[in-house]
Amino acid sequence: MLPMAAQTHFHLTGYPVLFVLLIGGIALPFLLMTIAQIVQFKNPTATKYTTYESGMPTFGDAHIQFDVKFYLYALLFILFDIETAFLFPWAVSYEDLGLRGLVIMYLFVDILLLGVIYAWRKGALRWQ
Amino acid sequence: MNPYNLPNWFVWLHAQLGFNVADPGVQVLLVLAWGVTLFTLIAVVAKAAVVFMVLMERKVLAWVTQRKGPNRVGPFGLLQTLADGVKLLFKEDVMTPQQDKFLFTLAPAIFIFPVFVLFAFVPFTDFLFGVALPVGALLVFALSSISVIGMVLAGWASNNKYSLLGGMRSAAQAISYEIPLVLAVLAVVLFAGSMNLLDIVEAQRGPLGPLSWYWFYITPLAFIVFLISSIAEVNRIPFDLPEAESELVSGYNTEYSGMKFAMFFLAEYAALFVMCALTVVFFFGGYNSLLAGVALPWGGTMEATLISTPMIPMDGEMMPLGVWLQQTLHVPNLSWLLDQLEKISWMVLKIYTFIFFAMWLRGTLPRLKPDQLMGFSWKFLIPLSLINLFAVGVQRFWAYPNNSLDTLFNSITTHIPFLIVWAVIVFGGVGVFCMLMSRQLNAKTRKRFAAPSA
Amino acid sequence: MTTASPAPELSLRDKPGFSDLQGVTVEHGLNTQDMVVNIGPQHPSTHGVLRLVTTINGEIVKDMEPVIGYLHRSKEKMAEGRSYFQYQPTIDRVEYLSSFYDHYVYVTAIEALADLKVPKRVEYIRMICMELNRITSHLLWFGTFLLDLGATSPFFYAFREREAIFKLFEDITGARMMYNYFRFGGVNADAPPGWLDDVRKVINELPFRFDEYEAIANKNPIVMDRCIGVGVTSYQDLLDYGVTGPSMRACGVAQDMRKTNPYSCYNEVEFDVPTATEGDVYARYKVRMAEMRESIRIVHQLLDNMPGGDSAELRKLEKEHAKVAEEIAAAKKRVTVAKKNEEAPNAADVAKMAEKAPELPFDYRTTGQKVNLMVFKPPAGEAFSMVESPRGMLGCYLVSDGTPKAYRVKWRGASFSNLTILPSMMIGNLYPDLMAIFGSLDIILPEVDR
Repeated sequence: MLPMAAQTHFHLTGYPVLFVLLIGGIALPFLLMTIAQIVQFKNPTATKYTTYESGMPTFGDAHIQFDVKFYLYALLFILFDIETAFLFPWAVSYEDLGLRGLVIMYLFVDILLLGVIYAWRKGALRWQ
Repeated sequence: MNPYNLPNWFVWLHAQLGFNVADPGVQVLLVLAWGVTLFTLIAVVAKAAVVFMVLMERKVLAWVTQRKGPNRVGPFGLLQTLADGVKLLFKEDVMTPQQDKFLFTLAPAIFIFPVFVLFAFVPFTDFLFGVALPVGALLVFALSSISVIGMVLAGWASNNKYSLLGGMRSAAQAISYEIPLVLAVLAVVLFAGSMNLLDIVEAQRGPLGPLSWYWFYITPLAFIVFLISSIAEVNRIPFDLPEAESELVSGYNTEYSGMKFAMFFLAEYAALFVMCALTVVFFFGGYNSLLAGVALPWGGTMEATLISTPMIPMDGEMMPLGVWLQQTLHVPNLSWLLDQLEKISWMVLKIYTFIFFAMWLRGTLPRLKPDQLMGFSWKFLIPLSLINLFAVGVQRFWAYPNNSLDTLFNSITTHIPFLIVWAVIVFGGVGVFCMLMSRQLNAKTRKRFAAPSA
Repeated sequence: MTTASPAPELSLRDKPGFSDLQGVTVEHGLNTQDMVVNIGPQHPSTHGVLRLVTTINGEIVKDMEPVIGYLHRSKEKMAEGRSYFQYQPTIDRVEYLSSFYDHYVYVTAIEALADLKVPKRVEYIRMICMELNRITSHLLWFGTFLLDLGATSPFFYAFREREAIFKLFEDITGARMMYNYFRFGGVNADAPPGWLDDVRKVINELPFRFDEYEAIANKNPIVMDRCIGVGVTSYQDLLDYGVTGPSMRACGVAQDMRKTNPYSCYNEVEFDVPTATEGDVYARYKVRMAEMRESIRIVHQLLDNMPGGDSAELRKLEKEHAKVAEEIAAAKKRVTVAKKNEEAPNAADVAKMAEKAPELPFDYRTTGQKVNLMVFKPPAGEAFSMVESPRGMLGCYLVSDGTPKAYRVKWRGASFSNLTILPSMMIGNLYPDLMAIFGSLDIILPEVDR
């Protein structure tokens, strides 16, 4: 029967196998696309190879300098994403840090919260 | 944690076959072999899950809108999705000369690849899982956010205006909803004391059954925030702005056809499955039984009942299932097998419950606007999840320090002041934010009534 | 801002409800380009074949130009090439969602020209058909409007109820959508026996369904967020663009042809004109939902006061009349046939009997005067008829030169005028608002292009 005493085999549940999986994940879509390329029916017509433009001949180019209205959000996002990356180790070792860890992290999050409120008041969270 | 699992079993199998599993060279080969096996397994399971989900979605939506749904291909339309898949495989993969060929091909690949890897993280039982890393919770979200790059790339490479808008919207959505999602999980990690998904599931095993799962055990706020954000992360209605068909035709995948479109389609449903699985893992006790801690009417646990109750006719008399299994199938460790079966049943049941919830939402709600979408996240969910983090910190520190509700209930009198503080913080926070939101709404309404009229 | 074209001067920009966002990109110093997005003619939410050439910057609409004519079938010219009756079946295609109204304006214009008297029963049947048609049209609008907002289920619910009403139409006209039922001076056929009860059954059920719809949509925060304060118009704008119908009533103007200029028998029924004062998408939604309930109210009154009642009773009455008429005819025959051996009835008595003979009252009939439809020649002249269609004022201008073919037919569809206001409502709003605003105007393209 199964080896009851064995610990989780690190190589087989850890990064090495994750690496193999990632390679598989990249390979699979290309495999699928290759299969599709081989088996698919090709029936080319001139109009089929035009970009969809709601039934009109295509005009203009979509590769333009597009006005992304949310770049201020994007800046805030980077801030918060780094914050959460900081918070995860804190959360894991919370029991060891005790009250001191709690208070310090509160101060840290408080400052960030104030930052959000500041951005909000300044109108950065308006969709413009 | 359970000392044995599927990877270990794989090693054990090879040791039985005569390999020297301690040899580094053999180990490299083992990793490769196991990786390929696991990936094949995942690809099959994921596709089977998606095939079922697509049919389920069509059936559920048909039910919601009082139609019949697919019922022609196979019994109950079971083969409908398969037929659709075969059709998509044979469809021509149209690529126009205006498109960026390299990125156009790369986009669906980027979109789909993290989803399959994510399947390996989901602990279906404590035996059946692929990857168990100490940074699991963080890695899961790191991987899932890669998909967005695929969407943005698809939008850009298509050289189509609707696709571009869809791609941009997907970026906006991703940057808005990832933070509340991760902050909600932070509360879970804080309680479980580990980022390993298996540990998180095990930590939710408690005397109160479903009540010791984190949706209730820590503030329900975290669960609500996570649920909303997860629906947004997988671009489901009401958050399906990247492919809003009423304005963007089909959004970022407008130009895609054939297999490439099928890959977007597949990955979307697989991502929904993974997201629902993660919801279950983080907040609904993973594979833990819903009936744990609930006394069955006939006494004893479900497992003990199955082992000892005579229910199978054999040799002219009723035998317990356990005896029957041992005698006919020669399953040696019956208790373990039943346990595994029960766990995987609960896991799948819970996952599909959440999938059903997402489908139900699709049948019910309209779509948001991009400004509302981002406003909802930044002005409501993120502050709420930060407040929740404060509350959870206090709760973890004082309310039940030893990660057990028993402590809480045994010494409830000593913790009353802290519970009050905690309640004030949580519910006060919710109250303040609801007030803020309603004030906003009121301002809007006031503006509305001040609008010019005849 | 490098390539931005100067914004068109529009009165709406200065009004509340419109955010002027032209200066934003300059403010932040980013070089961005406008993008011309072509919405239609083949697009999921243009409700037909409309083309909206929209210039957007980011998600904000900067300019918009509707391009129409994709569905032009020269409906007006067609009238000049065929007889009045031959033209009638094609009218259904002018506006296929509420074609009873088109038929009504057409036949009433001819009735005015030829001075045909119309029995009351005919008017009542026509009114029932039109009000039910208003409900079907609004139901379709409800479904597609919420579909434009992203909710799929209400579409199916609305179609379910619409189908129940179509069944009624099929019973009375023989067709679900292309009715061709009204005739000059009457209707094609009387309602089948029991039809009135069928109608009553259906419209008794409808209010509960409407309650369900409103439970789905009215208080839904997403619907409210997307509709309240979006696409606000003012009374002056409506006047300038000639917008009519629910869009106008949502601005606080109780302008309804049925009330202000009662045609048919609308002065005999009691109903309210639902209005709202806000003039936004949500107000238009509310007005239309309320209008459906008012239509039900009207239909109930019409069913109760139908001249002649159910056609089964009417047929019985007719049979009695026929029996009497038979007796009279037999008596008359006896007057002429009676020979020497038989005492002839008094001819004067028979004449008196025939005078007193009961005849179906005029108001109970389904055709006023016998008209030869194929070679119908109204006297030379012109007539204009107008009704309150589900989309607003619908008119038909008809010129006759005394020949069997019309000299000129001109349709005044509400959709065309309602469409013209769309660009001015859109500029400065978000791209997704386009769908909400466009949906709320309830435009149907065949009526625009004709």
